[in-house]
Amino acid sequence: MNNPAVPSNAPNPQGRRAIEIVNAGLARRYRKERRFRLYGISAILASLLFLSFLFGSIISKGYSAFQQTFIQLDIFFDPAILSQESLSTANYPGIVKQSLRQMFPEAQSRRDKRMLYGLVSSDASFQIRKMVLDSPEMIGQTLPVWVVADDDIDMLEKGHFDLDAPESERRIKDIQLTWVDRLKKENRIEKRFNRILFTAGDSREPELAGILGAVAGSFYTLLVTLLLSFPIGIASAVYLEEFASKNRWTDLIEVNINNLAAVPSIVFGLLGLAVFLNFFGLPRSAPLVGGLVLTLMTLPTIIIASRASLQSVPPSIREAALGIGASKMQMVTHHVLPLALPGILTGTIIGMARALGESAPLLMIGMVAFIVDVPGGFTDPSTVLPVQIFLWADSPERAFVERTSAATIVLLAFLIVMNASAVYLRKKFERRW
Amino acid sequence: MISPYMIFTAILLLTSGAYIIGRKRAFAVAGDRAGLMQMHSRPTYYGLLTAMWCGIPALLVFSAWSVFESGIITQLVIAGMPDAIRDLPPDRLNLIVNDIKNLVSGNIVSAEMDQTLRAAADHYRQLQAVSSAALAVVVLALIMVATTMIMRAIAPSLKARNQVETIIKWMLIACSTIAIFTTIGILLSVLFEAIRFFEKISLTEFLFGLKWSPQMAIREDQVGSSGAFGAIPVFAGTLMISAIAMVVAVPIGLMSAIYLSEYANRRFRAIAKPLMEILAGIPTVVYGFFAALTVAPMIRDTGLGLGLDVSSESALAAGLVMGIMIIPFVSSLSDDVINAVPQAMRDGAYGLGATQSETIKQVVLPAALPGIVGGVLLAVSRAIGETMIVVMAAGLAANLTANPLKTVTTVTVQIVTLLVGDQEFDSPKTLAAFALGLVLFIATLILNVIALHVVRKYREQYE
Repeated sequence: MNNPAVPSNAPNPQGRRAIEIVNAGLARRYRKERRFRLYGISAILASLLFLSFLFGSIISKGYSAFQQTFIQLDIFFDPAILSQESLSTANYPGIVKQSLRQMFPEAQSRRDKRMLYGLVSSDASFQIRKMVLDSPEMIGQTLPVWVVADDDIDMLEKGHFDLDAPESERRIKDIQLTWVDRLKKENRIEKRFNRILFTAGDSREPELAGILGAVAGSFYTLLVTLLLSFPIGIASAVYLEEFASKNRWTDLIEVNINNLAAVPSIVFGLLGLAVFLNFFGLPRSAPLVGGLVLTLMTLPTIIIASRASLQSVPPSIREAALGIGASKMQMVTHHVLPLALPGILTGTIIGMARALGESAPLLMIGMVAFIVDVPGGFTDPSTVLPVQIFLWADSPERAFVERTSAATIVLLAFLIVMNASAVYLRKKFERRW
Repeated sequence: MISPYMIFTAILLLTSGAYIIGRKRAFAVAGDRAGLMQMHSRPTYYGLLTAMWCGIPALLVFSAWSVFESGIITQLVIAGMPDAIRDLPPDRLNLIVNDIKNLVSGNIVSAEMDQTLRAAADHYRQLQAVSSAALAVVVLALIMVATTMIMRAIAPSLKARNQVETIIKWMLIACSTIAIFTTIGILLSVLFEAIRFFEKISLTEFLFGLKWSPQMAIREDQVGSSGAFGAIPVFAGTLMISAIAMVVAVPIGLMSAIYLSEYANRRFRAIAKPLMEILAGIPTVVYGFFAALTVAPMIRDTGLGLGLDVSSESALAAGLVMGIMIIPFVSSLSDDVINAVPQAMRDGAYGLGATQSETIKQVVLPAALPGIVGGVLLAVSRAIGETMIVVMAAGLAANLTANPLKTVTTVTVQIVTLLVGDQEFDSPKTLAAFALGLVLFIATLILNVIALHVVRKYREQYE
């Protein structure tokens, strides 16, 4: 080829011209080209397929948890039970049981009675207690009351129950099925919006378990994270970008930040366990410690994003500020930082979204405890939303599968809102210099 | 009773008060407009300087106090208890201290409440009150002294702006060193516990032993608690799951990056790219739930249909889902490096008559290879350190097997199972988690350093 004496369209030793050789192979090469393109597009389609499969599977499992089954009972507020002691400690479960027995007198044997009581949730007696304490004048009357159904009945109503299995392997027995059918015929079973899911803390009973405690825990944890990582992140980025001279020390800081961004999150959990809990003696399971650990974890993300944002502010702005007599600090606080702020905020929101979804390091510092109360402060024991998902996913009851998926939907909704606002911020304030 | 929250709020309030006073003082010193022009700095800076002198020392004292308070009080309480209790072994003593703390905060106490405990709790509460009061006094005194001093110093010649800026600069420097302290903290915390572990179990047994069964026998005659700490099966399991993940992620991620950067038009790219990045934003616990509840049963049923013996916590399910998670990671990194290849190289190939795919395969990819390798290394380190997916979808049994349909365990799973729940900090079982953490940290550190170096060097090549 590097011999200019031979023109490229001259016949070669085999007696064929170069263009003929090329043409002969063209069809094959074009086929290869199409195949390669196909690989590319199918790779993208495959990942989008995974994505829709993931969302589809979670939503189809979880949407039914936003409704819950209620049963209407005719409760007789029996004066014999309610007046003999003080009202707050009366035998309310007895009232529920009594009205159930009256509605289904055929349940005579001990076993049948136990199954009968199993139709409604243990929450029913607390509900009755609250009603009586609110308005004691109903004592002596018989009123229809809607109470929460047991999780097994809830699953049955939502069609998640395998009725083909032999009776001995089912959690709902045949006799309970006939009762449920009768309740249905009398219009005493109804599905309503599941308020408990959003207003209760965790519980061992699936029908009473809610995510409010976990959401509150996530809120406090993220608040600590935001309050610490946002100022510290901006401060480090400003120092490294605007003040630091390039030397060994700043190189070391940079290498460290880049490395920390890629350290597995569970290692931060080990750090939290050894330093915050064992060395400083901070309380276990507290949002304060969770926030500290997540701060260390998200700082690199925020610093890297803030630095990129500061870099995109053109030097002419800095020179103009310095030129009219601003000090370096005034140049940064009055001109560079405001211009870089949208980018910094975007990076912060993305970092916070990551922190919201993070659970592994929080397992290490004890935020996996079973906590019923909704936390009210930074040192109350609490858990966070992703860890609640992890805990529920481990529970054997079928009803928890539904709750887990519902909690996942809520978590994903939070993340989508956060990421969408980051995208919006970037679109709205993006400036090309 | 003075709570730390109250002191903290008071400091913040006083600091903002100090700003106002300092600023007023500057106006007063200046007198009129002409005097204001004579001042070195704007009045705001005098206010800021006063606020800094008021707030920073107080906050430093406050945080130091909070860190050491509980330890010192505990020591004092123990010293005040009867000899019989003081001479107990440390772990029993710890239990009693815990009980006292529970009594103080009004929680349920494990042991019977006896008179000594109650007295100790009262002592504790009393010391706490004294300490809080003392803290309040110290902080207030500090604020008063510092503020009066700076107020006296305010004069036209005081270079308030320069001083404020110097203080801020030092604060910036302090913030930027946190990254270094974090790394040191990780190293020290993991290293110390790991060294304690290696005092009990030899390093060679840990690194080359073939049997992992960390349950220690509490009683002599307990069954099935051998306490073997050979980590090879754990490492092998980690490598297998990561390998499966890479087999899924690298081809799909790389091909989609190629398609997006070389073939796709702008509109397709604008839609497909963000959609793929959603995959990266999904929390790992969601992937874990998906793997355990949907993918693993699916693989199991398919396997049973084909007559294969598939474990319900197979490595395949965890690896597959982890691979899906890593796809966007590989694709966005490869996208970057492919875009960094100069257009001139492609034009040269087209000029010679190459088709687009030939250009990609023979020119663009070889040129981008170092960067892609760097990206893949980062993805491997991600896979090794991934926790939630494997905790939820992979098993606990440390099998040394090459069969992806069997259950294997990983480093992160073992760390979580060993450290979640009750721990005693001198048993090799707990310390083993830190040894595994050390291995994990070092392995990912090496991978990251190599990868970042490769990527950086590659970028410089075309800049």
